[in-house]
Amino acid sequence: MAIKTEPFVVNIGPVHPSTHGVFRMRTTLDGEVVVDMEPVIGYLHRGIEKLAEGRTYTQNIPFTDRLDYLASMSNNLAYVLAVEKLAGIPVPERAEYLRVIMAELQRIASHLIGVGAFLNDCGAFMTPILYMIREREKILDLFEMVCGQRLTYNYMRIGGVSQDIPEEFLPALDKFVKVMPGYIDEYDQLLAENEILLARAKGVGILPRELAINISASGPVLRASGVKWDIRKADPYSVYERFQFDIPTGSAGDCYDRYRVRIEEMRQSVRIIKQAMEQLPQGEVRSEVPHLIHPPVGEAYGHIEAPKGELGFYLVSDNSIAPYRFHIRAPSLINLTALREMMIGWKVADAIVIFGSIDICMGEVDR
Amino acid sequence: MTVALSGEEIARQIEEHFPGSIVESSQDTVLVKSESLLKVAAFLKDTPNLDFDYLTSITAVDYYDYFEVIYQLTSLQHNHSLVVKTRCYGRDNPTLPSVVGLWRGADFQEREIYDLMGIRFEGHPNLKHIFLWDGFKGHPLRKDYL
Repeated sequence: MAIKTEPFVVNIGPVHPSTHGVFRMRTTLDGEVVVDMEPVIGYLHRGIEKLAEGRTYTQNIPFTDRLDYLASMSNNLAYVLAVEKLAGIPVPERAEYLRVIMAELQRIASHLIGVGAFLNDCGAFMTPILYMIREREKILDLFEMVCGQRLTYNYMRIGGVSQDIPEEFLPALDKFVKVMPGYIDEYDQLLAENEILLARAKGVGILPRELAINISASGPVLRASGVKWDIRKADPYSVYERFQFDIPTGSAGDCYDRYRVRIEEMRQSVRIIKQAMEQLPQGEVRSEVPHLIHPPVGEAYGHIEAPKGELGFYLVSDNSIAPYRFHIRAPSLINLTALREMMIGWKVADAIVIFGSIDICMGEVDR
Repeated sequence: MTVALSGEEIARQIEEHFPGSIVESSQDTVLVKSESLLKVAAFLKDTPNLDFDYLTSITAVDYYDYFEVIYQLTSLQHNHSLVVKTRCYGRDNPTLPSVVGLWRGADFQEREIYDLMGIRFEGHPNLKHIFLWDGFKGHPLRKDYL
């Protein structure tokens, strides 16, 4: 007979190694089992949407770097796409290819941290993430070559990218795409059949397909629940329709599937980068854009498949130099909607794993 | 490619079922009366050839005279999308019906709009501050908040 205990409230976070930022889970426990959980967020709220209303379209690009700071390139891309749609600005072909290369490198870098941190939460403390940080370092070196930054890149510009790639970039990228599949195989060897990972993640924190759609989940969280939905295929932007790649999906919607989807997506990203390198045309990297952009009165929604899900920018223009409204559809925030259901009934140690498997970035949740 | 459905065509279909629920429509959007929002949303979600099962995003804009709330709907099945808008008037206590009963994805987003724009969503199960702390005065995303 199970012994009933008094419900007990435990705050996990806001400052806790497993909350990946400042996130608080107000959990109600019955013994070790989670009976209720309420996410408490807002500790990192900087009011970017309001700040952006007082700055020009170009000045807002650095803000986007600071949303999901593990995927700054993707954030830049989503924002400049929205502005280009709003103002009807063309982008040179070479710039489109460079954007795709950067966005896919960024996806690999973000997934490496996502998977590494998830394994940390599973109890494989620091060993797997160190392997993954080793490869991410190479991507950061590549980014440093093109824009001089290692964290907040600010590389994309309205109408292109800030500058062309230096001579040494393509050889270094070539070297990277040659070795990266081997590294992914190495992770697979270490982890895919790992008994501890299977025990901690398989069948844990299931997000059923219908619920995943209903809560507007996106990215690997949605695909792990068996929904084949990727904006790069469903609504191709930039030059994505020119590349061959698959959309990895899961079937069970558990923590293990979310992990698998991320690993497979890294392989697909390498595939895309290889094709983009082969097709990369010569030419301009930035179209002629006035210093101050006055988009016509109207609104535009630009969205991309960011590493963590659908990242969208909804912009409203009143024909002035600053956006009238600047809204960010943040995948990290919306993917948390079902966290409560996913956790209830699991033990505290599983709750940490479930949260880790969603892979969020608090900079984007709170904005 | 996600097909953006014609707002005019969808508005005609809605009018057939719920006369007088549409304010205006254009190629891109359908502007719905706020009191008809829930039944129109349910119609869009449950009609098989529309099947808007996925609520991409909700956001609100302050136009001084009124608040406009924008619902971006997508159908994962048919890969088409639609933008539905509604307006609510008055600055003291603007209210709209909540769509959480149809799309749970609206949960945090409606709380965000309530917190930052000050629009109440009736029927929301847990309408309270999300980013700002309890007791915070004002709604920062309103245009008259400085």
